[in-house]
Amino acid sequence: MYGNAYIDPNEKANAMIAGEDPIKLAEFEARIARGEKIEPKDWMPKEYRKQLIRMIEQHGHSEIIGALPEGTWITRAPGFKRKMALMAKVQDEVGHAQLLYSAAETLGKSREDMTNDLITGKSKYSNVFNYPAFTWADACIIAWLIDAGAIINQVANAKGSYGPYCRALDRICTEESFHLKYGHDNVVTLATGTPIQRKMVQEALTRWWPPIMHFFGPSDKISQHTEILMRWKVKMASNDDMRQQFLNMYVPKIWDLGLTVPDTALKKNEETGLWEYTEPDWDEFKRVINGGGPCNAERLAVRRMAEERGRWVRKALYNASEKYVTPLA
Amino acid sequence: MIKSLDPRITREQIEENNSIEPLTPMDNWETYEVFHQKKRGDQHMHVGIVHAPNPEMALLFGKEQYGRRNITANIWVVKTANVFACEYDDADMFETTPEKQYREAGGYKVMEKINKYKKAQKTV
Repeated sequence: MYGNAYIDPNEKANAMIAGEDPIKLAEFEARIARGEKIEPKDWMPKEYRKQLIRMIEQHGHSEIIGALPEGTWITRAPGFKRKMALMAKVQDEVGHAQLLYSAAETLGKSREDMTNDLITGKSKYSNVFNYPAFTWADACIIAWLIDAGAIINQVANAKGSYGPYCRALDRICTEESFHLKYGHDNVVTLATGTPIQRKMVQEALTRWWPPIMHFFGPSDKISQHTEILMRWKVKMASNDDMRQQFLNMYVPKIWDLGLTVPDTALKKNEETGLWEYTEPDWDEFKRVINGGGPCNAERLAVRRMAEERGRWVRKALYNASEKYVTPLA
Repeated sequence: MIKSLDPRITREQIEENNSIEPLTPMDNWETYEVFHQKKRGDQHMHVGIVHAPNPEMALLFGKEQYGRRNITANIWVVKTANVFACEYDDADMFETTPEKQYREAGGYKVMEKINKYKKAQKTV
């Protein structure tokens, strides 16, 4: 599960294609325009490689870190069946990270470097996982609505131009559909249950609504930067478009259950077909993504602990005569 | 010390600034290409890679990552270093392949000749 890669809006766009061979660049762009996939050993602009590494790597990190808030509830999920299902879901998320890291390393960044950049805080991951899952209902809202947002993003990106990323996403999307159904089932159970259960799920929705609205990232300015990424099919839809798609699909389902979305301005404008909402607090988003959220420190400390404690096992199995070769696909 | 909502994490008594030595190259070992066979009689299909220190563990990870959900009859793993591949840049060597109609059943239009012959016989 994952939102959009966070791209610093202050990054300069005009540097993106500077110094590229114009003939090769034109051929490359023509191939993408024809709908062809780019494969690891093909020629590609430096910036295409850089942006894809950043995006796929962040996606992989999000899967790994996302397992932490949900994993919180494995031992306390109500009933054996829900424990088993949540365990399977968390295992899926960690498996997704493996697939994504594999896709990213075809672009030339080693898995060790990706892990190093995660645990030192250099690489980002989806901001929503810097928030805690206070109750079982929070875990249910995450499984339903955060995974719903992730599917919208991943289905769009699966039509992108980089072959290995598309193939990984196809597989991931199949598994995400189970997560979505599982999450919806859990939310429906609470929402149609006792008054205490209803209160619990409403409170979780209220807590998670701001992070959900943040999930797709701030409005992207129509910049040269965005334009090039869209032409290269690295970015498949604007953040606002994906947020609209999410609201359109899921707000009616939330309202169906008689739950209240904590935004009095939220409504669909029937003339434009677009949803109107209170602008999310982007200062809060920036504060959290830069380390100021309630769980940032915990997430990375846990990740470092896991790396450190597993190190002796990895070392014991290491065979010095082996050499690393970049995977082909 | 981290105090988490997850009691398992609190019990681990993790320091918040537990900086660690960076991972060094090959910490995650080399890679194996994974081939997945859906059912007996089908071809094995390439599905991706796993990182593993030896073939036995590559098979184990292959099962977890690629056979976890899919119906699976069998899995192969091959060291990435042992795969030899053509370059996409050389793809022009395959260009004339579909043109060689003499190697295809569709390249032989006997009915046209037979019908023409029969027609000619009738007019005699």
